[in-house]
Amino acid sequence: MKVLVPVKRVIDYNVKARVKSDESGIDLANVKMSMNPFCEIAVEEAVRQKEKGVVTEVVAVSIGPAQAGETLRTALAVGADRAILVQTSEDLEPLAIAKVLKAIIALENPDVVIMGKQAIDGDNNATGQMLAALLDWPQATFASALELAPGKATVTREVDGGLQTLAVDLPAIVTADLRLNEPRYASLPNIMKAKKKELVIKELAELGVDTAPRLKVLKVAEPPKRGGGIKVETATDLVANLKTAGVL
Amino acid sequence: MAVLVIADHDNATLKDSTEKTVTAALKLSGDVDILVAGKGAKGVADAAAKITGVRKVLLAESDELGEGLAESLEALVVPLMNGYDAVLTPATSQGKNFSPRIAAKLDVAQISEIVDVVDASTFIRPIYAGNALETVQSSDAKKVITVRPTAFKAAADGGSAKVETIAPPAAPAKTHFVDQKLVKLERPELSGAKIVVSGGRAMGSAEEFQKVIEPLADKLGAAVGASRAAVDAGYAPNDYQVGQTGKVVAPELYIAIGISGAIQHLAGMKDSKVIVAINKDADAPIFQVADFGLVADYKAAVPDLMAALTAAGK
Ligand SMILES: Cc1cc2nc3c(=O)[nH]c(=O)nc-3n(C[C@H](O)[C@H](O)[C@H](O)COP(=O)(O)OP(=O)(O)OC[C@H]3O[C@@H](n4cnc5c(N)ncnc54)[C@H](O)[C@@H]3O)c2cc1C
Ligand SMILES: Nc1ncnc2c1ncn2[C@@H]1O[C@H](COP(=O)(O)O)[C@@H](O)[C@H]1O
Repeated sequence: MKVLVPVKRVIDYNVKARVKSDESGIDLANVKMSMNPFCEIAVEEAVRQKEKGVVTEVVAVSIGPAQAGETLRTALAVGADRAILVQTSEDLEPLAIAKVLKAIIALENPDVVIMGKQAIDGDNNATGQMLAALLDWPQATFASALELAPGKATVTREVDGGLQTLAVDLPAIVTADLRLNEPRYASLPNIMKAKKKELVIKELAELGVDTAPRLKVLKVAEPPKRGGGIKVETATDLVANLKTAGVL
Repeated sequence: MAVLVIADHDNATLKDSTEKTVTAALKLSGDVDILVAGKGAKGVADAAAKITGVRKVLLAESDELGEGLAESLEALVVPLMNGYDAVLTPATSQGKNFSPRIAAKLDVAQISEIVDVVDASTFIRPIYAGNALETVQSSDAKKVITVRPTAFKAAADGGSAKVETIAPPAAPAKTHFVDQKLVKLERPELSGAKIVVSGGRAMGSAEEFQKVIEPLADKLGAAVGASRAAVDAGYAPNDYQVGQTGKVVAPELYIAIGISGAIQHLAGMKDSKVIVAINKDADAPIFQVADFGLVADYKAAVPDLMAALTAAGK
């Protein structure tokens, strides 16, 4: 069974994003970038399924600038077998990413795609569902447990109010939630080994996909700041303050 | 322009995120219909028909719609979109699950989790865990939008729209519902609650979480929330997680106990009216957003707070 794992290079989750002073976007100059945490979970899951013997090949794919190649090397270092970089300097919207992934899937024919539920930069939470719709594949989003069998995936999903279990026929799209697993760190020997693994670069234009933006960003602004608070000394003070504030 | 709002419900009750999404929809157009997709959900449709400003309510019922299968919702909504210029869905995990499928099938962008409507094609939405607000203008003929309910006031009741039953789609062939384990809530629901009491990793165990957080919540008539660390450690169910990738809440009062205040947690609660933090570390980032901070060990502070509330007649 072959798994495709789309991974995105994003701002590191520990870094607080800063708005550019001209309100044209987020300042990413000299900011630490990493693999999107949900994509790390997706890669980890694919690798674990391979270690269990259910999966035979894990292919990581990223759409982005040349530096997204580093993100793919990280995926290779934790156990992906090979990688594809679809190179572009444009920042593509989820619909365009889904279309590019569809084109890659036509070439790779994976049995299952495991991806992140959300990229922590745009916070869209859309690409996996869009890809499933474009392919007319079933989807199981927000997965907290995944069992793969020939032709079928059983997925436990985090839903409003609890957990839901679905069985989907393969091929299918699975998107990873936080509790699917805890990603491993790449060991130094594996980082070295990853340098020798195959990383194919394709230019976006080669794929002939319509990636025209549908949304125009007019402005990126800072959210309103909260007024400064105070420290209270005792629980009694706290209750008095909450009464004054009218919230008790 | 006509707008369709997809109701949020559990087949038994209409969730107030629906009324809030109607408010957002009414900023786009006066012609707003509601779709109730479910099973045994006639009562939900009747409740939706009472929302002021709603033209009519469409009710579609099948097993798979009742189970919330994304493939079924896509099959139901996409053909309906011939008659609508926009579809708005509350950004709950259910809405986030199916809405992008509709967008992709219509070949349009999804505008995720809007917090404001500038005009019928321009919207404001948070990005980067709420550290920035992006204003986007859509050039698509039809708009597919999810709405952050906490950013809009609930539309009032007082309408009397007609409920029209429509045919459900055929069952999806490749997706099968297996089962569902829902947490029984004896408290107000997190997303709509006036007061939220949340516990973090500091609780150390599920027993401690229940012993410390729940009685305080009950005393205040509050909903219970948790940080990711508390959920990951099994102190609280996944559905309690507040944050960038959990629930977004904006209650009158949010009390964070033993929560450090990571960016991802703040993203889910920093629009609360009043924030209280109890943390033994005076430098914890949560104090930067707290209106009232109590630097203390929760083990002493929470019992003190319970006593102070009793003394204040709570
Ligand atoms: C992709 C991604 C998504 C995420 N999404 C979310 C999300 O949606 N929601 C979320 O909450 N987190 C999320 N996180 C995790 C987030 O980064 C933090 O790790 C998490 O919020 C920490 O939880 P915590 O504050 O309970 O734990 P900690 O950071 O460990 O903080 C515990 C706090 O308790 C205090 N404390 C300890 N003992 C006591 C005591 N006896 N009395 C009083 N105070 C005490 C400590 O001083 C400390 O400040 C996400 C992370 C990633 C990478
Ligand atoms: N540029 C990209 N390259 C590869 N995968 C991506 C890209 N953008 C998004 N994805 C995938 O889609 C998931 C959800 O992203 P989003 O819909 O943008 O929140 C991510 O976790 C990735 O798995």
